[in-house]
Amino acid sequence: MLNRLTLLHLFLLLSMLILSILSFSIGAEQIDLLAAASNLFYGNSVDAIILREVRLPRTLIAITAGATLGLCGAAMQGLFRNPLASPGLVGSSAGAALGAVSVLYFGVQALHPQLVPLAGMLGSLLATSLVYILAGRDSNVTTLILSGVAINALATATMSLLLNFAPSPFAIRELVLWTLGDLSDRSLTDFYVMVPVSIVGWVLLIGTGRKLDALTLGERAAQSLGVNPARLRWQILLAVSLAVGATVATTGMIGFIGLVIPHLLRPIVGYEPRRLLFVSALGGACMLLAADIGVRLIPTETVLKVGVLTSLIGAPFFLHLILKSRKDGYR
Amino acid sequence: MTDPMLSARNITVRRGSATLLNNVELDLAAGELVGLIGPNGAGKSTLLSILAGLDKAMDGKVQFGKQPINQLSDSERAKKIAWMEQLSAPHWPVTVEHLVMLGRIPHLTRWRSPDKNDRECVSNALTATDCKDLATRRVDTLSGGELTRVMLARALATEPQVLLADEPIAALDIGHQLQILDVLRNFAEGNHACMVVLHDLSLASRYCDRLVLLNQGQNVASGAPGDVLTRDIVREVYGVDTMPVGPDNSMLYPIGLSDHER
Repeated sequence: MLNRLTLLHLFLLLSMLILSILSFSIGAEQIDLLAAASNLFYGNSVDAIILREVRLPRTLIAITAGATLGLCGAAMQGLFRNPLASPGLVGSSAGAALGAVSVLYFGVQALHPQLVPLAGMLGSLLATSLVYILAGRDSNVTTLILSGVAINALATATMSLLLNFAPSPFAIRELVLWTLGDLSDRSLTDFYVMVPVSIVGWVLLIGTGRKLDALTLGERAAQSLGVNPARLRWQILLAVSLAVGATVATTGMIGFIGLVIPHLLRPIVGYEPRRLLFVSALGGACMLLAADIGVRLIPTETVLKVGVLTSLIGAPFFLHLILKSRKDGYR
Repeated sequence: MTDPMLSARNITVRRGSATLLNNVELDLAAGELVGLIGPNGAGKSTLLSILAGLDKAMDGKVQFGKQPINQLSDSERAKKIAWMEQLSAPHWPVTVEHLVMLGRIPHLTRWRSPDKNDRECVSNALTATDCKDLATRRVDTLSGGELTRVMLARALATEPQVLLADEPIAALDIGHQLQILDVLRNFAEGNHACMVVLHDLSLASRYCDRLVLLNQGQNVASGAPGDVLTRDIVREVYGVDTMPVGPDNSMLYPIGLSDHER
């Protein structure tokens, strides 16, 4: 068991490393990677600038966002004890998207470019707080999910309203494209804005592992083992809201990673919720890196957005998993 | 009698206009296996969850030794009092070994992972419940009897002072019922206190040192099985006529619903 787990960790880490190098190498321009990397921070060659200002931020953001989505998916599935739970369930993605789109709609991003991600994070926190207040502190899981559905619907409807009243076709295009999920044209500043908030979320989530393990026995039995279910819910909701908020605010909505990755890795870690957390973060990073390399390789006239690709791969793959598990008997 | 390990005074619980428990008092001493009996809806599970510190009573208090239970931290309480739910299936198909290790959670901290001692506790619990052979099995492949034993092992792995088991033998065949009760008996004899909710009156009187009989939220009788399970009390509480059977007529055999129940 431990051996298999170590192997899995090594495999995922190695994959992440290889995919990162590929992500540095692949793009519209051929660059001499070694020469560019040797003088990464001060080099003035075109190659060094491309690496520093285009591919490095893109790769770092892909790793951070992918890890967040995988980790949050695993935590949410553990919390709800349901393999169909996703990070967006409690309103964080839709809230973040609404926050960012609002800034774009009113054009205030002209004041400061980082207003978009900041508004996104704020939107995520606001949506999750609303879900939490709506459901009540000691509510059960079903009420929580229903509140999440309601707030998601409200945020999506408000986004549609903004599209409806968008001042120009150009604005509509910008709003819609933003919601598709994209890693191109991001700067290191974007990365610096998203990463501290993400890390706070990660730390909070990694600390919940044993409590999620206890939840395997049900909420009451977990309580008898000293876990406070209401506090655990609060902790996970806050963490997901922070991390997913930071991600969606930077990249737009990227679907299915949070759903598919934990689902795929769960049997390999013996269905243990705690062990699933870290490997899902690694797996999520790998999947998003791979998808982002994919959109650079696929020769389309208009650039394919990475969120579109993950959903295109994710949806059928997820269907396959469901059909397979129906045959095998367990989830 | 020695000082009780766990004691409850004036426990009262109301939900809406219904009174679920009314002024219930009881003591659990070390070395005792106490049966909690009573008809459906008498408040047995409610009382057990209050004793376990999972729910708060509206009135009254529960003490562990001399300390009120609500003054203990969650993990302190969990180390001392184990609670076993009735008929519950795990949510993920983990291995038996992992499931039983969950019983060690109150002893672990964020920085302390299971060590040799924890693994020993798990191993002892698996041995006590005769689950050694199941250790590597996935819990979704177990039969009902095996799962109950594993769940009991999970509770024992905590090494609690008090074990509260809610209908652990419901839905088990007679062989498995005796097996589980033997484990509880052995646990109590190791200077621990154990309270078990039972529906089978003859097994309750055979295995338990004392019985506590609840009816409509009231503690209507408690004491030695022979004093609690009299034909009059059983007729009044359960509405069932019985006849004494067994060795020295110590057990009651139901012969039918009593007249006013028909």
